[in-house]
Amino acid sequence: MLRRLKLDLQRNYQAYLMAIPSIVLIFIFCYIPMYGILIVFQDYKPQAGILGSEWVGLANFAKFFQSPHALKVVRNTLFISVYSLLVNFPFPIILALLLNEVRSQAFKRTVQTISYMPYFISTVVICGMLKSFMAYDGVINEIIKIFGGEPQSFLSNAALFPSVIVFSDLWQSIGWNSIIYMAALTSIDPDLYEAARMDGCGRLRQMWHITIPGIVPTMTILLILSVGGLLAANSDKILLLYSPLTYETGDVIGTFIYRQGLQGGDYSYSEAVGLFQTVINFLLLVFANWFSNKTTETSLW
Amino acid sequence: MSRHHQKRTPGDIVLDTVIHVLLIFLALICLYPLYQVVVVSISDPSTVMKKNGLLLLPQGIQFDAYKIVFANKNIATGFMNTIFYIVVGTSLQFLTTVMTAYVLAKKNVMLKKAIMVYFTITMYFGGGIIPFFLLINRMHLMNTPWAILLPGACSVWNIIIMRTQFVNIPDGLKEVAMIDGASDFTILTRILIPLSGAVIAVLVLFSAVGYWNMWYEPMIFLTKRSQYPIQSVLREILIDSNEQMMAGAGQVQTKFTVHTNAAAMTLVKYANIVVCTVPILVIYPFLQKYFVKGVMVGSLKG
Repeated sequence: MLRRLKLDLQRNYQAYLMAIPSIVLIFIFCYIPMYGILIVFQDYKPQAGILGSEWVGLANFAKFFQSPHALKVVRNTLFISVYSLLVNFPFPIILALLLNEVRSQAFKRTVQTISYMPYFISTVVICGMLKSFMAYDGVINEIIKIFGGEPQSFLSNAALFPSVIVFSDLWQSIGWNSIIYMAALTSIDPDLYEAARMDGCGRLRQMWHITIPGIVPTMTILLILSVGGLLAANSDKILLLYSPLTYETGDVIGTFIYRQGLQGGDYSYSEAVGLFQTVINFLLLVFANWFSNKTTETSLW
Repeated sequence: MSRHHQKRTPGDIVLDTVIHVLLIFLALICLYPLYQVVVVSISDPSTVMKKNGLLLLPQGIQFDAYKIVFANKNIATGFMNTIFYIVVGTSLQFLTTVMTAYVLAKKNVMLKKAIMVYFTITMYFGGGIIPFFLLINRMHLMNTPWAILLPGACSVWNIIIMRTQFVNIPDGLKEVAMIDGASDFTILTRILIPLSGAVIAVLVLFSAVGYWNMWYEPMIFLTKRSQYPIQSVLREILIDSNEQMMAGAGQVQTKFTVHTNAAAMTLVKYANIVVCTVPILVIYPFLQKYFVKGVMVGSLKG
């Protein structure tokens, strides 16, 4: 065994050398932070390091579960994630189904290209535009007034804040997220449509009986992945747009960790919150995968 | 496409009309916000103020907001820094990706499985942002470009996609080269890389877009404005409404400045958006093929 390994190292040393930079980088930037998780059981002080800091057992978790604000943060994260899933999951599918019914290739390609465009605008610019458009004296309120509505201060109103996040996500990614369904649609056998037509099926019934079943496996996989990310609400846009006025609905785990940990220096406590998030997400993913495997026989692994 | 040769019933015509109207509506919604930004940025500030930013066509055309943007040194520095991050970051990522993928795709390498497991674990488990932040701090990488470049230099995701590509290249080609006495390095650079153009293009493109959009890491790791990538500059201008950042140190003769009134500031913000977004929007339709391919490559692995 050892001799074989020696021979292997001799023969493949050049290949192994090529992998070393990646192995070292991954060790430093992925494995060392994993060791850093230990600080959740400590009252971590940067000067003392992990070896020198005081061990406190589960005190950080106890603090988290007892604080009313923590509950609010978990609730907000779940609310925005589920809300986002309900909006951002079905609409790209509907878009793909609509595009699939278009006969003119030129029209179809034009709409597709335009619908991808918002995806290429950076997060910071999107948030800058939202901040300006959604202001009390902004364009959106001007349009609302034309239709006889009441102007709203979207970004300082806690009740409206989640909707701003969710629907701006939809605007930005509906076209991009439909790509994968468009690809699934092209793999459906055209003979199926032919047969359905022979049987007198109209276009809507063809869509219902052939097109939709054709993309169900893709839908299932993407749904499992979304459920696995339910407690990981993408906090990028929230971090750029929220304010103390909207903490009530907008403060999520990601923003809480940023404020408490990176800005406030409460490292152990915020890492405990982060670990809680990671564990729950992992369990959700395993559960969604198991459930899907039982019911539809589609699964990730 | 045979299903389209059928004669259309009145029901079909109604259906087609509804579908086309919906799609045109969607396209307009996708285009409108950016159109509004462009229109306002070249209009007269006092008109913009009166209409609260709702203008269907530009009024009182001026380009002073753009003069302010182009005279702003912060924007120029941001662009240069971003180009630096894209070029160095993407090159590093490319190197680690192809070199590691080579080992994982090579036949008869004993430790291949172990290396693969070592990488795959990091896709499911991680330490989170806090230990990562503390690590960067302890390594004294804070306020250096390396805080951004080193952690991004190795992407496990890319390695796995690249490995699949290398495995799919017929063994015959590699074996012939082996017999001719070619080294691993030669096989990689002369045979595998030239045959993987499309996949490499996709990975490079996604990496470049990632560095272009990056703002969170610079926010927590960089405090010196001279190191800011463009998105960090934009964050201070658009989100924090930092007037100093917006005006820069530039000296130009303009009818208004960012300090004139709220509308003038909006105009300058919008001009910044246009300058920093239009280049990408002009390029992406030509690279669309690769982006779409990237979505497919990613999903096959996911």
